[in-house]
Amino acid sequence: MSESVKTRKKFRIRNMSLLVTVLLFIGLFTAGSAAYDRFFSLSTFCNLLNDGSYMIIASIGITFVLLTGGIDISISSTIAFTCVFSAFLLRTGFAAGVVIPLVLLIGLLFGALMGFMIDAYKLQPFIVTLAGQFFMRGLCAVISTESIPITDDFYKKMALNKIIFAGAKIYYYVFIAAVVLIGAMFVLKYTRFGRTVYAVGGNELSASLMGLPVRKTKIMVYSISGFCAALAGVVFSFYTLAGYSLQNVGMEMDAISSAVIGGTLLTGGVGTVIGTTVGVMIQGVIQTIVTYQNLNTWWTKVFSAALLCLFIVIQRILAGRSEKIKDVRGKLEKTA
Amino acid sequence: MEKIKKLSKYQGFWPVIVLLAILLINGIVSGGSFFEIKIVDAHLYGRLIDILRNGSKLMLLATGMTFVLATGGTDISVGSVMAISGAIACSIVDGRILPGAGQNVQVAILLALLGGMLCGAWNGFLVSKIKIQPIVATMILMVAGRGIAQLITDGKIVTVTSDSYYFINGGYILGLPFPLFIVLFVVVLVLLFTKKTAFGLFLESTGCNPVSSHFAGINVNNIKWLVYTFCGVTAAVAGLIESAGIKGADCNNAGLFMELDAILAVAIGGTSLNGGRFSVPASLAGALIIQSITTSVYAMGIAPEITAVVKAVIVICICLFQSPEFKEKMGKRFSGHQQERMAKPV
Repeated sequence: MSESVKTRKKFRIRNMSLLVTVLLFIGLFTAGSAAYDRFFSLSTFCNLLNDGSYMIIASIGITFVLLTGGIDISISSTIAFTCVFSAFLLRTGFAAGVVIPLVLLIGLLFGALMGFMIDAYKLQPFIVTLAGQFFMRGLCAVISTESIPITDDFYKKMALNKIIFAGAKIYYYVFIAAVVLIGAMFVLKYTRFGRTVYAVGGNELSASLMGLPVRKTKIMVYSISGFCAALAGVVFSFYTLAGYSLQNVGMEMDAISSAVIGGTLLTGGVGTVIGTTVGVMIQGVIQTIVTYQNLNTWWTKVFSAALLCLFIVIQRILAGRSEKIKDVRGKLEKTA
Repeated sequence: MEKIKKLSKYQGFWPVIVLLAILLINGIVSGGSFFEIKIVDAHLYGRLIDILRNGSKLMLLATGMTFVLATGGTDISVGSVMAISGAIACSIVDGRILPGAGQNVQVAILLALLGGMLCGAWNGFLVSKIKIQPIVATMILMVAGRGIAQLITDGKIVTVTSDSYYFINGGYILGLPFPLFIVLFVVVLVLLFTKKTAFGLFLESTGCNPVSSHFAGINVNNIKWLVYTFCGVTAAVAGLIESAGIKGADCNNAGLFMELDAILAVAIGGTSLNGGRFSVPASLAGALIIQSITTSVYAMGIAPEITAVVKAVIVICICLFQSPEFKEKMGKRFSGHQQERMAKPV
């Protein structure tokens, strides 16, 4: 019986921040609906998905890295590079069927290369991915400093085709995000690799002493992050139908703060991709409310930062409490 | 030979060598004109002076950042703090806020520095008292900082017309640019403080092992708080130089990505991002390396877009050469006996 109490307590602490995140999303959405006419509708909700789909994909990728306790700040440049490079290739006359696999492969390999350097030479993830960021952004500018429009038929189809459901539009590319989300959830929860990711983030040394493939896992998470960034880039080029070398500057911080709002600890080991997705949606709701209120866009940043602050403090309190529970339990065991 | 070996033990040795190499390559490519220094109106002009003047912001940031990294933390809010300090100073000089101050430049500078100090203290408070991870704690101000700066300037780009304000960036003393003297002042102050007092030792010990430092009687939390506050002040000074340079406050672009360059400068200088051993002169060399790469890309007539690629490649090379794992692997490949020597206990 004590066993079930223990697991229940664990469950509560682990899901507390996710619960808070979901409640906050519902709260913000309700507040928006109460304050503005025509806010409360399925189409507002669907627009959050439409506008946020590329962000969701990229944030899921970065969550893998954050779960191992690393960081990847190269994703925004990878997205920009993917857009510019595919726009460039399409203009040169390559078919979409060649371009998309190619850019995805580049993203994957680039992530793997960064992961290899971080792992094999014990370099700081922050510095390596920072260099990666500069490198990709530089390559974008080398290809073209001007915006390249995309006129390919397949891209146009993906950009414009949508399902209309009860008056709300859902574009096709939202389903890509959905597939990524479900895939990531499955991988993290039910595969050996996914559990290793959490183990490495919890304690790298004990993970390697347990005989888990720490090195392979670390390289894998950076590859996943690179791949997701490239996929997000493809979706973003569907979304904008252009490639521009300066797009999404600073987006990696939005992705990281989405993950943090969604309950991921930057020290690693704790977090869920569903939380990250809700985190992205929360930032989307804030943006929508700011637009409805007709405020300057930088208010979005101030609100996001305030939320970030709130969430981090909540996490601190929760972490402090779980430490205390551990302490008390330890003392009890000692006296017994 | 012995002397060189001894010198190479210093943390600043390799960064300085790389810096000299970059300058030398520039000199050779440009056929010597790179090193030319002209005297016009008793002011020195030339590429080297340009590097020093334009690198002054980065050098200041790197100084503050060195201490933060030495405690095992990071401060990614410095770019936003630069924007805030520029916004405060320009708004006061313009008379937009605090008209009672009478557009006084001294008051503007003091309040801007105070603003930077408050920002730094906020970061320090989050890190040392609430115990939030540094990167997350400073991310709050990084995201919000530009918004705050916009609030101060009311969302506009504030331009100033004040010669005494321009002096901060464009002024000359004894033929040398004024920003250089600011850097000199800060660096001398910092070196005295870390080398002549126990503070430097406390800092290093905090970075190496905060827990044992705490048990050794060092007030780890206060040291962290102080370090972040100082970093905020250096960022504010850099923000003043920047805004004086563009003669106005541009909240969206002032100090954009400077935090990355600053961290990079310190990393190139060989200070570990995990904390512990640090060296301010090495970080300054790192800052100058970054600045001279930028300047030389312009000087060589390469498209400026490539700067980022060049920077990335050089950074990775420098980091690789500082990594013990990489050295070991290379050693294995090129000379077997060297490895044996390495394996022997020293």
